[in-house]
This record gives sequence, structure tokens and C-alpha cells, in this order.
Amino acid sequence: MSDASLNTTQTQATEAGFGDYFALLKPRVMTLVVFTAFVGLVAAPVGLHPVVAFAAILFIAVGGGASGALNMWWDADIDAVMKRTAKRPIPAGRISGDEAFGFGMALAGFSVVMLALATNFLAAALLAFTIFFYVVVYTMWLKRWTPQNIVIGGAAGAFPPMIGWAAATGTISVEAILMFALIFMWTPPHFWALALFTRMDYDNAQVPMLTVTHGRRATRVHILVYTILLAALAIGTGFTSVGGPVYLVVALYLNARFLKGAYDIWRRSEERAEADKYLTERKFFKASLVYLFAHFGAIALEAALVPFGLGGW
Amino acid sequence: MALSRQHELHKRRFSRNLGLGLVLVGFVALIFGLTVVKVSNEDFAMPTSEGAN
Repeated sequence: MSDASLNTTQTQATEAGFGDYFALLKPRVMTLVVFTAFVGLVAAPVGLHPVVAFAAILFIAVGGGASGALNMWWDADIDAVMKRTAKRPIPAGRISGDEAFGFGMALAGFSVVMLALATNFLAAALLAFTIFFYVVVYTMWLKRWTPQNIVIGGAAGAFPPMIGWAAATGTISVEAILMFALIFMWTPPHFWALALFTRMDYDNAQVPMLTVTHGRRATRVHILVYTILLAALAIGTGFTSVGGPVYLVVALYLNARFLKGAYDIWRRSEERAEADKYLTERKFFKASLVYLFAHFGAIALEAALVPFGLGGW
Repeated sequence: MALSRQHELHKRRFSRNLGLGLVLVGFVALIFGLTVVKVSNEDFAMPTSEGAN
């Protein structure tokens, strides 16, 4: 860029800092990706050298970030009208859509190739499929088309522990599928609770969330049903090879609380929710984050205890 | 609008350049570490053509 461009105020509004590019990677989502991929890796029965393990998690995180950048590129029009996302770099005018597309594509290719070189082709193929699934299947196709967007699209967020497992073992086994299923089943109630207290956002953006297409009563019923299914899966996982006594205690406690939260959401009328500004729904949403981190933390702890003759069954 | 010597724009550019520089240094260090680990691995074998030389 020539110095002449410094004289325009337009340049000030559009020139991005490092933080803007980092924000394109959806860093908060990335913490979930990093943590669950890490757990998938440590829960695997095959040990990886710490440097290789670090590289694997880093490249999985970069792949997740690339998906985020491509999602922001495609959804810039929606993001601009939603209060929660209006300050993202593209709708705020700090990064152009084309730039975000190039950035996302470059990182996607880079992360897949590097993961293949650092670990194995299965892990890299799973990462490539995850990026494809999140960007094409979820973002481009499902999100604006069906209220089941979150249910099916949730698979994209569920892949990281499976990729971590595949990076360590070179295979996919039942344990990896259970960890996948845990996130897959957790995603719908997590996002529907969010949709309940940010309804106007999705209305304005014309995204067919369940709250918009089937109403708020139906969303509350769906949250309860999915939470019951999730609880059965989460507690059942405690009796498998990735579970153990520690996991089971954590799962029993958290699922009891989560079920109570879902029951409270189901029981509430819209008037009561509006009166206290969706306090129960907000609490449930926050609890869902703790729920997932604690379950995966317990799986990691079980794996960490194995060398000491503890952990697992 | 006149630009001061240390304009906001310069700060943003500097942050971008510094960030990219650190990322590149980190990447080089990571590739070096990965290479050391891979060639130190017992399974590592030189390609046949190079091994013969």
C-alpha cells in the first residue's frame, strides 16, 4: 500500500489489526475445539510425543478457525443485522468479505496438509470433512433452510475429539464415536436456549431457528426432550471404556442439574420468562458450557489416572 | 485530516506485522521441533535411494 492512502479517512475504517484477523477465527468456539480435541487425544490408548500432540491440536484449532472465517464470510449479511454479531470484523467494515474468504481458504488448506504431515491422513481427512461440513453443509445449506440446522450442523462441532483420537491412533473406534455423540446431542439444547433469549436477532436475520418457525413453546419442549436424550447418553458413557467412577459422579451430578434446568425452561410461560428477562434460559445456557467442559474434563482425568492404576473401570 | 506521527492506523499496522512475525517465528520453531521428533523416532527410516549413498 502506498503512503498516499494514509490520507484517506476511509483507510482508517477498513484497515484491520492483528486482533481482527484473530477474531475471524472465532476464538471462543476455538477453546471448545482445542479442549475437546485435547481430550480425544489424551483419552486415546496410544501416546503421542508432546510436540506432535501440540502440533496436532494446533492444526485442528487452525482448521476450526478457518471454518469460522469462512462462516463469517458467507454469513456477513446475517451478522450485520444481528446485535450479537454486528461487531464482527466483516459487518463492522474492518475486513472485506473477499479477504476473509482468502484467509479462511488458505488456513483450511494449510491446517489439513499440516495435520496430515504431523500425524496421519485419517485425522487430516476428518478435519477436511469437518471444515466442509461446517462451511458448506451447515453454513451455506442448512442454516437458512431448516429449523433442524442446529441439530444436523452440530455434527461439525462434534468432530474435534474424534480427530484428536484419530491423530493418536490412526483409527476411529467406539470411544471416539461416543465423544462425538456427546457434543452432537449437547448442541441443540445449548443453541435453543440461546435462541430463546436472543429471539429478535434470529427474527431480524430471518434465520429459521426453531423459535422462529415452530414457536417458543415448541422450542421449550425440544430442549427438554433433547436434554433427556443427552442425559441418557452422557450417563451411559460413564459405563464404557472412556468413562469411570470419576466421570460417572460428574455426569450424574451435572445431568441432574441440567435436567432440572430443562424442566424449568419447559414449565415456564413466555410471560414469566419475559418478566425476569429470561434468567432461567440464560442460566441454562451458561450451565451448558460448564456441562460440556466438565464432562470432557472428567474423561481426560480418567485417562490421566490410568498410569497410576486408577481411572476407568 | 492530518495524520500525527503515531496515528491509530500505524498502531494497527504494527500490531498486524508484529503478530504475523510472531506467528511465523512460532511456525518455524514448531516445524523444527516436529522434524527433530520425527527423525528421532525409532520407526524413522531414510528413503532407500538416500540410504544407499
